[in-house]
Amino acid sequence: MIRFENVVKSFSKKVILNHLDLEIPKGKITFIVGKSGEGKSVVLKHILGLMKPDSGRVFVGGEDITELSGENLRKHRQRFGMLFQMAALFDSLNVYDNVVFPLKESGHNDEKENLRKIEEVLSMVGLPDILNKFPSELSIGEKKRVGLARALVHNPDIILYDEPTTGFDPLIAEMIDHLIVKVGRKRPDLTSVVVSHDLKATLESAEHIIMLYQGKVVLSGTSKEFRNTENKIVRQFFSGKQEGPMVFL
Amino acid sequence: MSNTILSLSSKFLKYFEDLGRFQVFVAKILKVMCTRPFRLSLVVQHAYNFGVESVFIILLTAFFTGSVFGLQIGYVFSIFRAESLTGGASALALATELAPLVTGFLITGRVGAAVTAEIATMVVSEQVEAMEAMGVDPIDYLVVPRVWASIFVMPLLCGLFMFMGIVGVYMTSLGIYAIDPGVFVAKIISLVEVSDILSGLRKMFFFSFIISFLCCYEGLSASGGAKGVGMATTQAVVKVLMLILISDLVISFIEVWWLR
Repeated sequence: MIRFENVVKSFSKKVILNHLDLEIPKGKITFIVGKSGEGKSVVLKHILGLMKPDSGRVFVGGEDITELSGENLRKHRQRFGMLFQMAALFDSLNVYDNVVFPLKESGHNDEKENLRKIEEVLSMVGLPDILNKFPSELSIGEKKRVGLARALVHNPDIILYDEPTTGFDPLIAEMIDHLIVKVGRKRPDLTSVVVSHDLKATLESAEHIIMLYQGKVVLSGTSKEFRNTENKIVRQFFSGKQEGPMVFL
Repeated sequence: MSNTILSLSSKFLKYFEDLGRFQVFVAKILKVMCTRPFRLSLVVQHAYNFGVESVFIILLTAFFTGSVFGLQIGYVFSIFRAESLTGGASALALATELAPLVTGFLITGRVGAAVTAEIATMVVSEQVEAMEAMGVDPIDYLVVPRVWASIFVMPLLCGLFMFMGIVGVYMTSLGIYAIDPGVFVAKIISLVEVSDILSGLRKMFFFSFIISFLCCYEGLSASGGAKGVGMATTQAVVKVLMLILISDLVISFIEVWWLR
């Protein structure tokens, strides 16, 4: 389980996370939603230890990661896989070298075993036989899938998705959503955290949803609870209406 | 008036903040350089890119620089009927000054700018963040192998420049001033000492740190998309060239006045 305790994070004078308390359950697909600038990606960066809170604590699997540094932080990060918005594949490396990267960096140097794992994850994301291609030769949908393969190849405990479908056409977006669910089902112990603006996919795919507003959790619960809530902020956000208590800046 | 003072003081503060950040960056590099893992394959790959692919431009520039230098200095010596000194004087200037300086400039333009642009592009396209998310330190993976490659390769390129520059001088000395080849070589041997060659190589060794540290630093500090990549590259090149010139003067001053 991932837990935030009273976390405050500011940039310049703007408070992004305002005494945030949240819990992300283990082994489920959790979607974090909220309007732009609410600190959803900041939450992911705190989980990974890429950012430190100004105050408060972040726990991952019971371990306080707030003060981790050096080798401990490196080991902490190796428990994760992360799919970035634009996949963030390394331009200078081909697909094989991109996907093998986290394996080699975590000390797996058996070439045969690495190749087997890479072929397994690439076929899972529906992209066999592209090992020698470079990112510039791939479509954006293929890049995303290679990015997902790279995030999964070292068998992480937790996988983070940073706005995986933002900016894509509905077909690619749906394909990625299906992959998120497929990956979650194939490994029931895997904790998936998805930062998303895609509300339809959130309600369809999420096993748990957290909505952030003004640096705090407005509602945390299942899709059913979100559909049936009376919370006006949540209802306004999911209906996409301008009128309501939510302030748009 | 108060606005001008405020603007100046904020610029000063930003300058010192940047300087402090650069010092921390250098300290981190030096620390990582002394710790495992040593990424030998990356060092070799960068050494190839920096070195082998720069050889042609270094040889070409060195030949023309040497030829022109020989032509000009030969003309001055011919006024005093001392053409025979052309080879020795040119070789001395090439070894101690021209070779490290021009090699430094060429490497900054060909390699340094490319390094900054490549790293800056990785930063703005989240590739560096992805690396960090996988538990890999960008200084360890992106910077240190490039620093090692620079340290190994750049003095070699400088040596190559010296040699080819002297070939250029030799061609003009023989072709235009009809200097005897034996005299040409004898004057080089009598005027240029091993310590002069080492002085040039030492300078290049120092410049290799400036080029690799600053270009990587500017690349990793980039932000804001394509414009940010362009700005980082320009800043890196300008800063490196200025710092090479300033440090060249300082090193030369120390060598000439204190060590000789």
